[in-house]
Amino acid sequence: MSERIQEPESIDRKKLESVGIELDRRRRSATFVQVDQDVKAASSFFEGVEIMSVRDALEKYDWVEDYFWKAVDREKDDYTREAATDFNGYFIRAKEGAKIQIPVEACLYLRTKGLKQKVHNIIIAEEGSELNVITGCTSHPGVISGMHIGISEFFVKKDAKLTFTMIHSWESDIEVRPRSGIIVEDNGIFISNYVLMSPVKTVQMYPVAYLNGENSRAIFSSIIVGLENSYIDVGSRAVLNGEKSSAEIVSRTISKGGRIIARGNLTGNAPDVKGHLECRGLMLSENGSIVAIPELEARYPNIELSHEAAIGKIAEEEIFYLMARGFSRDEATAAIIRGFLDLEVKGIPPVLKAEIDKAIRRVEKEIL
Amino acid sequence: MKDGILRVVNLGVKVGGKKVLENVNLYIKKGDTIALFGPNGSGKSTLMNALIGDPRYEVSDGRIFFKGEDITNKETDYRVRMGMGIAFQTPPAINGVKLIDVLKKIAEIRGISEDKIYEYAEYLNMTDFLNRDINKGFSGGEVKRSELLQLLVMNPDFAMLDEPDSGVDLENIALIGEAIKKLLQRDLPKKEREKSGIIITHTGNILDYVDADYGLILYKGRIACIGNPYDILEEVRKNGYEGCVKKCLREFKNLNQ
Repeated sequence: MSERIQEPESIDRKKLESVGIELDRRRRSATFVQVDQDVKAASSFFEGVEIMSVRDALEKYDWVEDYFWKAVDREKDDYTREAATDFNGYFIRAKEGAKIQIPVEACLYLRTKGLKQKVHNIIIAEEGSELNVITGCTSHPGVISGMHIGISEFFVKKDAKLTFTMIHSWESDIEVRPRSGIIVEDNGIFISNYVLMSPVKTVQMYPVAYLNGENSRAIFSSIIVGLENSYIDVGSRAVLNGEKSSAEIVSRTISKGGRIIARGNLTGNAPDVKGHLECRGLMLSENGSIVAIPELEARYPNIELSHEAAIGKIAEEEIFYLMARGFSRDEATAAIIRGFLDLEVKGIPPVLKAEIDKAIRRVEKEIL
Repeated sequence: MKDGILRVVNLGVKVGGKKVLENVNLYIKKGDTIALFGPNGSGKSTLMNALIGDPRYEVSDGRIFFKGEDITNKETDYRVRMGMGIAFQTPPAINGVKLIDVLKKIAEIRGISEDKIYEYAEYLNMTDFLNRDINKGFSGGEVKRSELLQLLVMNPDFAMLDEPDSGVDLENIALIGEAIKKLLQRDLPKKEREKSGIIITHTGNILDYVDADYGLILYKGRIACIGNPYDILEEVRKNGYEGCVKKCLREFKNLNQ
C-alpha cells in the first residue's frame, strides 16, 4: 500500500506545502482533506485518534450532536447562521488517555472561484489525552475570490492538552470568517498558534476560550502580516471562569500596507485567576495601519490581569548597531524582523515548532 | 616608522543640525592606543560614532581616512569589514536577536572560527548570556562585557571603546582591563603591536590596566590638548578640564586660535 494519501487531483501540492500540509503519513497521525464542500480524505494512522467528516460523525455517534453550538453561539452573527444549515468539516477526537505527539493534519482547500466554503469542526481532547492539530487553510492558485466560513468548537476535557496550530494562506480577494470557541475543563490546557500570511482580502475572527475548569489554562500566540489591500481584524479572548485558571495572549503584527486590528480580551470571573496580554506591532510601510485594542475585564476582586501594547517601526538605532557588527542594512533589517516574530511558545512539540518556523520564514520572504 | 591607520582631517560633525565637532584633526599610527578625555557633552562619543559611520551623525566638513582609504561616505558595515570595531557605551536591546547570532555573524565576516566565540565567552563570564536577547535586561557591567566579547571575536585592527570602565564593579574592572589589553596588544612589546585603538574614559580607571601612548582632551568640540595620558589625567584631577585646557593652550600657542 502506498505511503501517501491519495491526493485529490484538484489540489496544488505546492500551495498545501506553503501552509505546512504534509501528505506523508509517516509525519502525521491522521489526515483530513476537504476541497470546497467535499471531504476527499479522512484517515487515522493511530489507534488513539479518530478523524472523519463531521457529517459521518453525526451519523456514527448520536452524542456528537450535543457538542454542536456549545462553544460558539449559533445566533452570533450572519456567518454562524449561514453555516448552521449547509456545512461539512472535520471531527477529530483524541480518546481518553491517548497521548498523540505527532500532529493530526486538517486541510481546508478552496478550489472553486466564487464559492462559499462552510465548515463546522468539532475537536475533542478526552480526559487525560494529548492532541496536536495542525490545520492549513488555503485556496487554489488563481482562485482569487471566494469566502471561507469556519465554525470550530474545541473541547479540552479534564487533564487534557490540546494544541491547535492554524496557518492561513489565501489569495488576494478571499474573505475569511472563522468562528471558534473553546471549552477547557479542570487542569486542561489549550494552546493556539496562528500564523497569517499572504494577501487575503479580509479576515475577521475572535476566538474565545472559556476556562471553566479549575487550574485550566489557555495560551494564544498569533503572528499576523498585513500586506497591501488586506483588512485583518483578529484577536483572542479568554474568559477565566474557573478558580486559578490562567491565560496568556501574545500577538505580533506587521503591517506592510495592510490594515490590522489586533484585539485581545481577558475577563476574570473567579478567584485567583491570572492573565497577561501582549500586543506588539511593527509598521513597515507608510501605508496601512495597526490598531491594538487590549482589554482587561475584572468581575471578581482576587484576580491579576495585565497587558502591554507597543507599536513602532524598526528602530534606526537597532539597524545601525547590527551594522556596526558587520551586518549589511538588509541583513540587519531581516534579523530584527525575525527577532520580532520569534515567539517562544512553550509546551509545543518540536515538529510543530518546526512547522511554525517554516511558516515564519515564508512570511519573512514576503515582507523583505 | 609604522604607517598611520587612521587619519582625520578637519572633521566637522553635526547632530540634529547642531554642530558638535569642529576642525578635528587626528592621526593614529599602527600599534598606538590613545586615551580620549573630555567633559560631558564635549563630543567624545560623537567622534567615535562619526568614525564608525552612524547615519545620525552628519559629517559636515572634512574627511576620514582608514588604512589610506577615504571612508567618509562609506556605510558602517563596510568600515567594520575593513577592520574597524566599536564597543558602545549604551547599546540598544533588540528583541529576539540573540547575542550568539550576532557573534556568529561577526565570526563569519571576519573569517574567525566559531570556537573562539565560546572561548572568549567563557573568559568574560558571558556563556550564560549567549542565548539571551542581546543587551535585554543586561546590567551595566554585563553590557560592557558583552560589547567587549563582540570586539574580541571581531579582532579589529582599530578598536574604539566608549567608556568601557563606567558602571563596572571592582571585581570586573580587572577582567575588562585584561581583555582590552589583549585586544589592543598592549601585552606585546611596542614594536610588535599591530592593533590600534581609542579609549574614552572619564575616570581613568581603565588606565591602571591598559596603558596608552598618549592622551587627548576634547573640549567644546575641538581637540584642545595632547600629551602624556597620565599627566593629563592628573592635571584634570587637580584643576578640572577647564584648568587643564587653559594650561595646555598656554603651552601650545598654535592651538590657541
